[in-house]
Amino acid sequence: MFGDYSIGDLGSIFVMQGFAGLILFSVYVLMALGLAIIFGQMGVINMAHGEFMILGAYVTWLTSSAFQHYLPALFPGYFFLAMVLAFIASGALGMLVEWGLIRHLYKRPLDTLLATWGLSLILQQTYRSVFGAREVGVELPQWMLGSKQITDTIEVPINGIFVMCLTVMITVAVAWIMYKSRWGRQVRAVVQNRIMAGAVGINTEKVDRYTFGLGCGIAGVAGSAFTMIGSTGPTSGQLYIVDTFLVVVFGGAASLIGTIASAFSISQTQSTLEFFMSGSMAKVLTLLAIVGILMLRPQGLFALKVRK
Amino acid sequence: MIINSRFFNRSELIGFVALAALLFVILPLSLDVFRLNLVAKYLTYAFVGIGLVLCWGYGGILSLGQGVFFGLGGYCMAMFLKLEASSVENTKIQSTPGIPDFMDWNQITSLPLFWQPFHSLTLTILAIILVPGLFALIIGTAMFKRRVGGTYFAIITQAVAAILTILIVGQQGYTGGINGMTDLRTLKGWDIRPDHAKVMLYFFEVFLLFGCILLAQFIRLTKLGRILVAMREQEDRVRFSGYSVANFKIFAFCMAAIFAAIGGAMFALNVGFMSPSFVGIVPSIEMVIYTAVGGRMSIFGAVWGSLLVNVAKTGLSESFPQLWLFGLGGLFIAVVLAFPNGLSGIWADYVQPRIDRLLTWRKPKPAKAWTDGSVADGAPAE
Repeated sequence: MFGDYSIGDLGSIFVMQGFAGLILFSVYVLMALGLAIIFGQMGVINMAHGEFMILGAYVTWLTSSAFQHYLPALFPGYFFLAMVLAFIASGALGMLVEWGLIRHLYKRPLDTLLATWGLSLILQQTYRSVFGAREVGVELPQWMLGSKQITDTIEVPINGIFVMCLTVMITVAVAWIMYKSRWGRQVRAVVQNRIMAGAVGINTEKVDRYTFGLGCGIAGVAGSAFTMIGSTGPTSGQLYIVDTFLVVVFGGAASLIGTIASAFSISQTQSTLEFFMSGSMAKVLTLLAIVGILMLRPQGLFALKVRK
Repeated sequence: MIINSRFFNRSELIGFVALAALLFVILPLSLDVFRLNLVAKYLTYAFVGIGLVLCWGYGGILSLGQGVFFGLGGYCMAMFLKLEASSVENTKIQSTPGIPDFMDWNQITSLPLFWQPFHSLTLTILAIILVPGLFALIIGTAMFKRRVGGTYFAIITQAVAAILTILIVGQQGYTGGINGMTDLRTLKGWDIRPDHAKVMLYFFEVFLLFGCILLAQFIRLTKLGRILVAMREQEDRVRFSGYSVANFKIFAFCMAAIFAAIGGAMFALNVGFMSPSFVGIVPSIEMVIYTAVGGRMSIFGAVWGSLLVNVAKTGLSESFPQLWLFGLGGLFIAVVLAFPNGLSGIWADYVQPRIDRLLTWRKPKPAKAWTDGSVADGAPAE
């Protein structure tokens, strides 16, 4: 398998595949962050998470079209506004869904899975009716096109670098919100002991709603980033949802570091394997490895030690 | 071992007779062969549903990978039929006669080893039961012995469904790929495609279905069924009472897998092909929906749910293809939010009491009828 390549070639292959893996890693992390908050902190299985992401992608696409039409001068910077709009749109929808659906089901976690699956079907069909069944792609501004030559054999695309920087910033922001801000402390208090948190004056219902909204909003930002590297269709979200759940479970739910570590190892394994065998076999092997490891270590890579 | 002295209580007996009348008499008499074949297709999901009632409704184990077992059963059956359809005479235009056409297209020149047992019908029937059963045993042992359950189990079964679909689609030469196994013709020389064969297969399937219903009802009524319910409600207490919770869960999961596999095999026979689109995550979740709509606690409910949801699906997607997903999604949410026990729950809560009242009203001595009826029969239908 390695015979046909020289050492230098192999090095370049690993770097480039590693970089491709990093882009996949960024998408996984962005999606998994929202899911880790919702699943890890609230115990809700949100099968519609992919559709929240796609909502963000469609919002980005709409913004870019609007800028192209009305404000071509500002087009290079449309992405930053689009990201904010995507966050607001997905977050608002998320809060609406929490109010209308999820809050009735906190005592039945398996049922949230079924209900949100129904929601995802409705959202998919809505996208199909509104935006059409064909995939749409945004036009990238000039400064994001092209790639950067690092050595003779290694070059990396600029949009990939941009998405990665974005991922790092969002991750840091989420970590700050969850672990440093007052609101994050309230969220963690509610997770650890809902009744006591309520007794000390935290409005647990409000915390739930904003937590769910935050998770969905991050999914919207993920969708926004997703448009940089792929096209968007009504069912694009569904392709990622199981992978993302595996990322969260593999990392150990409720652990931010674990989520990042597992997203990294999964995406790197997959993209490195992809070079040497067909994409489907690479995916099968990766998933099999995850399921195998989860069977040996059900609590995931980084589990919090909590007394049950 | 049987706790309840009667196998069916009164309302269950009514349900059983009504279902038998519908499936054995009313539908075959009133529908043409095409529609009857559609009903046969819907009923294959009822097998999965009965398994889910045992494993999810009673055992509390939600498996989102029933499509895996449905697919394994279906593929075992389809492999047998495909081998028979690709005899040397039928495939003499291929570069290697005697192997399935998709293998020939993918430059495979001899039959792979794992296809060899499927020359024999006996081995195929054994495989339909044993392959999914063993697979479920492995997954179940690995998961339940380590006390993985609930949502984690659901997600991992989903991943297994994803893996199997990708594998089937990717290994086109061995499995037929995304198109699946098509062009299935005969079963031991008996053509399965003409109308009279379809009617025969329908009746065979309904017989099997009632066999499964009776088996599931038997399991429900034995001590085993009680332990399953106890486990769902208070797992730790059952464990402290000295029962091995993991073994009971593994048993329920394996039974569900075998039921699903029988359904899959009947699917391959009745519909005449098998493809990965009945294996993956989406069909697996849809199978859970059928059960949820029918009522996760009711064996008959699972059958009704599979029938009604699929009739609605066919009807809606024939006339309003746009609306179908809205309908399905809405149904899902409504069932989960408002009617967690599905149609059978609505029946038991609203319709059954009225029927009972009507019956007691007709009887001359209401007080006696009361003690005869609901109390003596034990708990009302779940």
